[in-house]
Amino acid sequence: MQNWIDAYSWINIRFLLQGLGITILISVISVVLSFIFGSILGIIRYAKIPYFSKIIGFIIDVIRNLPLLLIIFFTYFGLPAFGFKPDTIPAAILAMTVFESMMIAEIIRSGILAVDVGQMEASRAMGMKMGQAMWHVVLPQAYKKMIPALVSQFISLIKDTSLATIIVVPELMQHGQVVYGQNPNYIIPVFVAMAIMYFVVCYALSLLSKVIDRRMA
Amino acid sequence: MIKLLVDNWSAFISGFGWTVLSSLLALFFSLIIGSLFAILEVMPSKVARVIGNVYVEVFRNIPLLVITMFFYLVIPLYVVKINGFTAGTIGLTIYTSAFIAETVRSGINSVDDGQMEAARAQGMTFWQAMKNVVLPQAFKLVIPPLGNQFINLVKNSSVLAFVAGFDLMYQGNAIASTTFETVNTYVVVGLFYLVITLPISYYMQHLERKLA
Repeated sequence: MQNWIDAYSWINIRFLLQGLGITILISVISVVLSFIFGSILGIIRYAKIPYFSKIIGFIIDVIRNLPLLLIIFFTYFGLPAFGFKPDTIPAAILAMTVFESMMIAEIIRSGILAVDVGQMEASRAMGMKMGQAMWHVVLPQAYKKMIPALVSQFISLIKDTSLATIIVVPELMQHGQVVYGQNPNYIIPVFVAMAIMYFVVCYALSLLSKVIDRRMA
Repeated sequence: MIKLLVDNWSAFISGFGWTVLSSLLALFFSLIIGSLFAILEVMPSKVARVIGNVYVEVFRNIPLLVITMFFYLVIPLYVVKINGFTAGTIGLTIYTSAFIAETVRSGINSVDDGQMEAARAQGMTFWQAMKNVVLPQAFKLVIPPLGNQFINLVKNSSVLAFVAGFDLMYQGNAIASTTFETVNTYVVVGLFYLVITLPISYYMQHLERKLA
């Protein structure tokens, strides 16, 4: 019992919460960037531009099918060979953005495919250009359908930031390791605390997604 | 890059083997555990449903790394000495089983209720009806999403590198740090992962298109 009380001293808890803050910061920045790049890539793949869309599609498939951990290693240890040496937090954000953009690109593409073709055809028949029809008619409907998939991707992203501990990004998992590193008796209490913190954030998001989904339907 | 691959062939292959072994073991056990929890989630008893739900929601919303590190650090401390490979595979199994439970449950839900009712009306027990009538139909529906879960599982098995699990990622790091050929090593490691994941991914896309 004393171990739990000691492990949960305010200093330790505050340190874990700071880690959680960094976790959320990295996740939010990465998800915003990935949403932008993912949308662009997804539309390019959907648009079937000769050769270009095929090449982009292949790159998306390759990166999507690699472990994120490998991309993190490559960003932090491989990129310096090309003369670019990012700091730990930017490296984590870069790696997450590259990986998540590809995941989101696929979600966007299948979301657009799920919108009835008639919508695009009708807009074109009204005299809209392809880009206008996409922006004003197809995308708003596609995004609505994609909300559950996008939120669950965001939840994965939050969980995946824990992998960045390997390049010593000061996020929740890394701060947890620092705390239980002081005393082996802290291992279980710290893991319970970390699990609760991740769970609260991720579960709250999944509930939110259910609420949005129900309201839209 | 070819020289690197030839020089370190045995290390790459052994890493590849451990990755495949861990993924297959975790797939096998998480299919069993995941299906059990999926059935719990659709059982008539409220207690069973709550147990199933709690398991799925808890392990789906906690990072795999937290689960794996917990087993790696805690089991040897209090129960029995296990190596990184075992701890990693246990972590992978538990994490993946929660996702498989969710997938199988949605498969069971999309089987028409009438199937279960008719089977029960024929005098089958809940378990008989589940096993002989509902599950076979449910599994057919969830093959593409299960394939995607397997791809995730193979990619996720790279967390074994955190617990010295001899896997591809772990061997890759060892090779990168001795040869200093970081870029080439990670490219080769990536190709080894793609050998498994890319064909499954394309096959599942093909299946999805066929079923749709």
